[in-house]
Amino acid sequence: MSDLESFRAEVRTFLEKETPGAIRGASFSSDQAYWGGRKAELPHPESKRYCEIMASRGYTAPTWPKEYGGGGLSAAEAKVLDQELARLKLPIPLTGFGLAMIGPTLLQFGTEAQKQEHIPKIVRGEIRWCQGYSEPGAGSDLAAVATSARIEGEELVLNGQKIWTSYGDKSDWMFALVRTDANVKKQQGITFVLFDMAQPGVEVRPIRLISGASPFCETFLTDARAKQSNIIAGMGNGWTVAKALLGHERNMIGSVFGSGGSRTSANAAKTNRNPLVDLAREHVGDEAGRIADPVVRDRVTQIGMDHRAFMLTIQRNADNLKAGHKPGPESSIFKIYGTELNQRREELMLSIRGPRALGWEGTDNGPFAPEDLAQTRTWLRSRGNTIEGGTSEVQLNIIAKRVLDLPD
Amino acid sequence: MQLTLNDEQRILAGTATSFAKGSGGVARMRALRDGGGKQAYDKNVLAQMADLGFTSIAFEERDGGLGLGLASLVIVTEALGRVLAPEPLIPSLALAAQAVALGGSDALRARVLGPALAGTSVLALAQSERGSRYDLSAVALKAERSQDGFVLGGDKIHVWGGFGADGYIVSARTSGKPREPKGITLFYVPADAPGVSAVAEVRVDAQNAASVRFANVAVQAADMIGAEGEGLPILERATERATVALCGEMLGGMSEAFERTVTYLKERKQFGVLIGTFQALKHRAAKLYVEIELARSAVMAAARALDEQTEDASALVSLAKARVSDAYCLVANEAVQMHGGIGMTDEHEIGFFMKRARAAELTFGDSAYHRDRYAKLQGY
Repeated sequence: MSDLESFRAEVRTFLEKETPGAIRGASFSSDQAYWGGRKAELPHPESKRYCEIMASRGYTAPTWPKEYGGGGLSAAEAKVLDQELARLKLPIPLTGFGLAMIGPTLLQFGTEAQKQEHIPKIVRGEIRWCQGYSEPGAGSDLAAVATSARIEGEELVLNGQKIWTSYGDKSDWMFALVRTDANVKKQQGITFVLFDMAQPGVEVRPIRLISGASPFCETFLTDARAKQSNIIAGMGNGWTVAKALLGHERNMIGSVFGSGGSRTSANAAKTNRNPLVDLAREHVGDEAGRIADPVVRDRVTQIGMDHRAFMLTIQRNADNLKAGHKPGPESSIFKIYGTELNQRREELMLSIRGPRALGWEGTDNGPFAPEDLAQTRTWLRSRGNTIEGGTSEVQLNIIAKRVLDLPD
Repeated sequence: MQLTLNDEQRILAGTATSFAKGSGGVARMRALRDGGGKQAYDKNVLAQMADLGFTSIAFEERDGGLGLGLASLVIVTEALGRVLAPEPLIPSLALAAQAVALGGSDALRARVLGPALAGTSVLALAQSERGSRYDLSAVALKAERSQDGFVLGGDKIHVWGGFGADGYIVSARTSGKPREPKGITLFYVPADAPGVSAVAEVRVDAQNAASVRFANVAVQAADMIGAEGEGLPILERATERATVALCGEMLGGMSEAFERTVTYLKERKQFGVLIGTFQALKHRAAKLYVEIELARSAVMAAARALDEQTEDASALVSLAKARVSDAYCLVANEAVQMHGGIGMTDEHEIGFFMKRARAAELTFGDSAYHRDRYAKLQGY
């Protein structure tokens, strides 16, 4: 038996024996996943216990180093773990910005002490993290952050306002960009710092969005305190850290639309079925095996083909990396194309549903089915896809500068 | 399916690129256009391509080919597409000769494919007729039984590479009516057979094409390709292979037009600055880049799918042709626009890419045709 196969046998025995049977078959979607933290919400009664069991082996962060609580697995072993999870219909045990964003950043830039302090808690799902980047005056121009940080003894004292803090109201710690020097080039006076949000100087208010949901918050910092020992990569080096972290963030956003980078989307990338076909058949009818309305049929086909070409491009990128080639510039297109494709898909789904897509609220037997109502909300939510994590315009700037080398 | 180039393919790409550059570039195509000859390509250059193995790449070893498949052929057509090389590599080798390789008897393959692969003989597929557009079953040209074979009568148009060709693969109706799938039979007809006459078509992209008349042309039964009345599947398979080869050419053409445009944005000054500093142009250029990357993935996938005979190969062919058709036309339109007035002149080469983009778009089906085909193949 090869090493990989003996690993598989071992993982299979562990998962079969140790994981709670009740959680098998639970949803894989990221909305309904377990995010951990002090105020953890349980999508399933066994979520917390399941997370802890998996974390005991580092399987919540399979490829992270063992010395910080990770699984220490190779990419091949992590794939086996994925396959075994899928075999038992086990959900992903833990998700969140700790695993997706600050964890990888700490592994890259953190000191030994910082890694020892924070990473095991991420792996175990004990601390939920949020991102303090954008400010009212620093959106696309992120380097314009103005939240001030003044040194006082062993601490930094923070004053200012952060905005679009995803799930800020549910989080325990924030990683933030703050201004420690206002007299140098704007990128050079930024510091990347971590702090506990459970303190009097931190106030979080949810923002109601056009979709009616409030996933984002405003965070007000009034003499909030951060330990200097939680500055990452030193004073004034925050911009370098921020850019690296944005790379992790774009990978995560891209993966939502199936970029293959995440564990959840690996399976979705393989199916070529176009779900819009069934929706169109249901709403506009079918004539001799074809979607009855030829215009709708063509639009559905266009989206399906665009999706397929996008998936193939993601595969090409992955194949190139596997073959040992350097990451090609093709990866720079994932964020912009994936998000715009998703918006076009959402808009087409509105068109297909027709007047049934008008609903905002309704009861079970009303004119709007629950999936119609959900559609309205997901369409509105999708409008943010091309704004968050670097607008489409910023992505185009990046391609023009870094790939095409066009002049400033 | 691996969407990467292996070492052998990387070497081939280098060979094809240096050949294309060394062959005289786009200027050679202009010279042929302006030379007054109706042939519009250079037989010596075709022979050089044969010497390098380009003509043999996608044929099996039993036919004297290299057995490297379409994944390698598209690398060559891409390099040639960058210089708009007018030699009939696609119509003769990827289309007409493929029909012979797919359906011809051992004797016919031995007789016809050898000279074609050697580049000494040019074949052309005589398929389109008035009103047929992209429908391969819209065949009216008649083939009637005679004592020792068949007699062909009818007209073919838009025969790519057909002027001055040495032989034609002709789709003819042995039974049934136009647009019926059964009853189409393929024949090999030497160009010098009595009753065959070709008139050059003058095309916007200056490529070789002909209208070919078959007036009571006697064909021996041994020159039939495949079974009588069963020619359509052979036509479809050969057309799919040629479509992918053309997609490679189009990928090369759009890449070249795009790179020339980006270079121009870095050289041309207006209002005292390089026009490449304008965000309106930067964003449009970046969007073209995205489209080209997606097109490349689709073309690589289609070529490999046909090579590996995967279940969804036909759908991937349509995916690729739809994508490159839209992308090449978009890139070429934008290339001319961003070049400004100079882009509208015949003297500048960028306009050639726009002409070729449209001609290639309308060959083997445009994007609307291939979206419809894709949907049908997916069962809706």
